[in-house]
Amino acid sequence: MGKSRFIFGLGLIFLFFNMGTTSAQDSIEKSKIYSEVSGNIKVDYRYFPDDALYPGQHQEYFSMRFQPEIYLEWNKGKQLLQFTGFARIDQHDRKRSHADIRELYWQGIFKNWELSIGIKKIFWGVTESNNLVNIINQADVLEGSDVEHKLGQPMIHASFNQNWGTIDLYAMTYFREMKFPGQQGRLRPPFELDTSNTTYESNSEKYNLDLAIRWSHSIGVFDLGISHFYGTSRLPLFKIRPGRTMTFSSHYELINQTGIDIQASTGSMLWKAELIYRKSKRKTITAFTLGGEYTFSNLFSSGIDLGMLAEYNFDDRGSESINGLNDDLFFGSRIAFNDPQSTDFLGGIVIDRNSKTLRYFVEANRRLGDSWKISIEASGFNNIDPAEFLYLIRNDSYLQFSLTKYF
Amino acid sequence: MKTIVIFTITIVIALIGTAFMPLKTGLEIVQEAEKADNGWASSSNTLTMTLTNRNGQKTTRKMHGYTMEVEGDGDMSMTIFDTPKDVKGTASMIYTHKIGDDDQWLYLPAIKRVKRISSSNKSGPFMGSEFAYEDLSSQEVEKYTYKFILEEKINGQDSYKIERYPVSKSSGYKRNIVWLNKANYRVEKIEYYDRKDALLKTLSFSNYKQYLSKYWRANTLKMVNHQNVKETLLVFSDRAFGVNLTKANFSQNALKRAR
Repeated sequence: MGKSRFIFGLGLIFLFFNMGTTSAQDSIEKSKIYSEVSGNIKVDYRYFPDDALYPGQHQEYFSMRFQPEIYLEWNKGKQLLQFTGFARIDQHDRKRSHADIRELYWQGIFKNWELSIGIKKIFWGVTESNNLVNIINQADVLEGSDVEHKLGQPMIHASFNQNWGTIDLYAMTYFREMKFPGQQGRLRPPFELDTSNTTYESNSEKYNLDLAIRWSHSIGVFDLGISHFYGTSRLPLFKIRPGRTMTFSSHYELINQTGIDIQASTGSMLWKAELIYRKSKRKTITAFTLGGEYTFSNLFSSGIDLGMLAEYNFDDRGSESINGLNDDLFFGSRIAFNDPQSTDFLGGIVIDRNSKTLRYFVEANRRLGDSWKISIEASGFNNIDPAEFLYLIRNDSYLQFSLTKYF
Repeated sequence: MKTIVIFTITIVIALIGTAFMPLKTGLEIVQEAEKADNGWASSSNTLTMTLTNRNGQKTTRKMHGYTMEVEGDGDMSMTIFDTPKDVKGTASMIYTHKIGDDDQWLYLPAIKRVKRISSSNKSGPFMGSEFAYEDLSSQEVEKYTYKFILEEKINGQDSYKIERYPVSKSSGYKRNIVWLNKANYRVEKIEYYDRKDALLKTLSFSNYKQYLSKYWRANTLKMVNHQNVKETLLVFSDRAFGVNLTKANFSQNALKRAR
């Protein structure tokens, strides 16, 4: 044991100084550090036209987001350090005012493999309305349900490139809890979550060692991925503790989840599928997303690309699934104007086949000058079935205007 | 005297030879041009793209990238966008194929997502410019059929004027007219005719430089759209050859950390 730990330590030292024998000239070249500092500041104005359901909530919210980024590279690009910070200040909601380290990792690039140590954000998957296989990072629910919004996850990540595909290995610890808006925030359940009473199935609680492996490869028109995750589920179960004042808290189970994602790119048509099989002591579930995207490019020689999306979501958790995508159809459209301002539009609806619950969203972006961007976003609900989680936020349709400055 | 006779005979034979030599076909000329450009192996460059609208307003974009020659197939290339700042870090990776659609992936840094995208979009504009994707992709011989028109002088250079017809149905063009320099097979000019056979764009090549004492590359490309009166100027700089690339530089992992 002691010996293997010693060898492991030596290995790490070797990796960090992965120099071998180098000439003096090489050393000078390799010690050169290249750096980049960038980032953006975004101001949001959000308006909720419907009356608040719960006390303390408002109709208008101003908020500001700051995302700085630092990138360092040395040893001829064979080693790098990436930092991405995040902070949000919300006018009313103290819980939504939050900060996070999205990324802070060292990465070494070797002949056929790469190693990263630190906080990272990982994306797996191919579909648009839901990303079932994408399990590594916790969702930053305070930011929105978009895949873009994920909390940084501490890990050791090794990636091996082979002729027969890429193998990624992940060892993670320090689990990140799902956080919800506070009393003055919208898009929240009626109760405030008691985060001091969070429980875990794992005895190590949030320090459980989560492990994941993924194989991915591109073969002809196919892009394939097969993954397995063992560890603490990113999705909470809610416990109700009755008493004089009812309290709610989260419980996180241990799960084994196998995922498959496939995309076939045939001309203008992209076929997409994601499938998961998840097992916990309590329950076994199967869920999938199937669909496609067809692009009419350069429509009538206007330079405009029109993409049409359709996907079907199934989840045998039924209405217990938090995002409610249990038997739902998604139809969307993406328009890229391909103008110098990169104007784009994305819109979609999600319809539950049984309850007829309807959700919709639209989003449009346009660059102003060289370093500004203006965005409009709307998200809404209609006819929500009381059996769905979404029923708790049924009055929280909103309209948002944003201005982002990039530096 | 004797030498003069021999000289004269040689000239006569040469003249007869020229007169009777069957004219080269368009395909033969293009194949020779491809052969002349074979073996450059790998290159990298930075690129400034200036868009000018009909009011003369200019917008600038910067990007850089690298390309690797693949024996028996089309090139592999990586393009990384540097400005405008909101797309900084976005990268595109393309495996060109001599026959059939290319494979294309896009990396979106905000969500750390690699997306395989449809490569049948050939006629659409690249980054809001007057260049279509098909104008910028690797110009493989197999992507067109050819017809030799005539020899004529262009930019003061003796050139072959060749008409070519895109094989792909998703091309935005009925035909192109290409002027190839007779001496070194450099492209001097291309005219693009739309599906209705109306002149759409003219691309002029200038600032040619020779690399590795063999390969000619134009460092200024100017595309003028005659129908919407817009222009795009591409200026290449820091062109380097022999940059030591392997297939590993064109993996999805490489795409994710492309800078």
